[in-house]
Amino acid sequence: MNKCIERLYNGIIKENPTLVLILGMCPTLAVTTSAINGMGMGLTTTAVLVMSNFMISLLRKIIPDKVRMPAYIVIVASFVTVIQMLLEGYLPSLNESLGVYIPLIVVNCIILGRAESYASKNPVVPSIFDGLGMGLGFTLSLTILGALREILGAGTFFGLTVYTEELMPPVSIMVLAPGAFFVLAMVIAVRNKIIRGKKTAAEAGCDKIDCGHCGNTACAGHKTGSAE
Amino acid sequence: MSDLFSVSTSPHVRSSQTTSSIMLDVLIALIPASVFGVYNFGLGALARIIISIAACVAIEAIYEYFMHKEITVRDLSAAVTGLLLALNVPATLPIGMLIIGDAFAIIIVKMLFGGLGQNFMNPALGARCFLFISFAKWMSNFATDAYTGPTPLAILKGGEEVAGLAQPELLNMFLGSTAGTIGETSALAILIGAIYLLVKKIISPRIPVAYIASFAVFILIFAPGHQFDFMYMLKEICGGGLMLGAFFMATDYVTSPITPNGKIVFGIILGILTGLFRMFGANAEGVSFAIIFGNLLVPLIEKATVPKSFGKKKPEKEAK
Repeated sequence: MNKCIERLYNGIIKENPTLVLILGMCPTLAVTTSAINGMGMGLTTTAVLVMSNFMISLLRKIIPDKVRMPAYIVIVASFVTVIQMLLEGYLPSLNESLGVYIPLIVVNCIILGRAESYASKNPVVPSIFDGLGMGLGFTLSLTILGALREILGAGTFFGLTVYTEELMPPVSIMVLAPGAFFVLAMVIAVRNKIIRGKKTAAEAGCDKIDCGHCGNTACAGHKTGSAE
Repeated sequence: MSDLFSVSTSPHVRSSQTTSSIMLDVLIALIPASVFGVYNFGLGALARIIISIAACVAIEAIYEYFMHKEITVRDLSAAVTGLLLALNVPATLPIGMLIIGDAFAIIIVKMLFGGLGQNFMNPALGARCFLFISFAKWMSNFATDAYTGPTPLAILKGGEEVAGLAQPELLNMFLGSTAGTIGETSALAILIGAIYLLVKKIISPRIPVAYIASFAVFILIFAPGHQFDFMYMLKEICGGGLMLGAFFMATDYVTSPITPNGKIVFGIILGILTGLFRMFGANAEGVSFAIIFGNLLVPLIEKATVPKSFGKKKPEKEAK
């Protein structure tokens, strides 16, 4: 069970797909014009991710290595089709505002990335939690991005008015494409400051030897040890 | 042996110019346009100019203080950014928006990329486009005490909202008694400042001349309904931000090519882009978008136009 909680923590904080791995940028930048869109996109992706991780993990010994990518795509595409039909039926407004980005979940690199790097090598239960953690991390960051952009750019939060145009005109560039980049960069900066702001390289698990081959980026690129 | 000549490493020929002396000259050259803006639009324009300069300098100093960087406001580049941004907004823009624009120019466009010399885009123009996209309603409100109508460029562009209005007079557009942003209306005042910069060799004429000439040719050939209409072409040149942009913003040292041929290529690209945006775009104005777009191409232009060093031959093409 401990491993499952570790997977959740890994997905939401340590390897947050949007803010740390910088994966799935296309939906991240395109649909986070409002908090509800960001959350809807995140939860939709989470549902697909959990189910596809589950299915791929089940089939990991059956799928031949040479055709694994087409097999993953078929599995993911089936789930995306199911989800899209459900959304069309029960949440038509969300389906409309997410538009083409729902079918595009099929090629979302977070989903294929988790299938390739985790679900195809690990047992079923951790894979489900891995999908859940990654999905929730994606949902969390998309909701934060959407909320910030909505508040700054439209003066509302989940559709509720925060401030009116008379009080302070909203900065409407924030709900347009450039605003997505501004807000994403700021959120990543703040996240890095909070998570690893005060950690020294040694605390982050660095032995200051062989920095050139070290994959750990927690020392913020201060590859200081190589000279010694 | 005591009378050795003074020994030093290169460079041996040094210019007395410094960043702050160049920036001071740019500020001096902008005085005619600023004074005319205040004369044209009243004290509101003066207030915006002063607040914008003060805000830019203060924001740069505060940012550098909190980021533990060297305080560089004495090089006056922040003051130039503040003044240029103020000259690029209408005299009716709410002060709060102007300060947001100053913060965007200094922090996002300049400081986050490493400060003066590292910014890939002209800070004042980046902020102007930011304001224009964010606060379109306020940025295109040119109704002041002196003028109520739309800008001459909007009238030239035509459309429903300007139907029936008298065409602008070329002389008025040259002297500057028209509606517009604070610093752009008077081509004459801008030219006076530009001549100062050219005489002091602060800017090279390559970029502005290539820019304005290619723009004029573009308008002559492609302006819909006004092909080879010289009067129309001259009005387009005197109207809007073209003069201010060509002499003061396209020539920004940091964001324009350093190679002599590159400057000409850069000017021609800007002229064509401005013509495209003005003639076939949704807005009447296109100078600022053309220049920041051109800024993005500068590294490529420089790479393609590196001059041959003295004494070196062109690399011969390898035989196949």
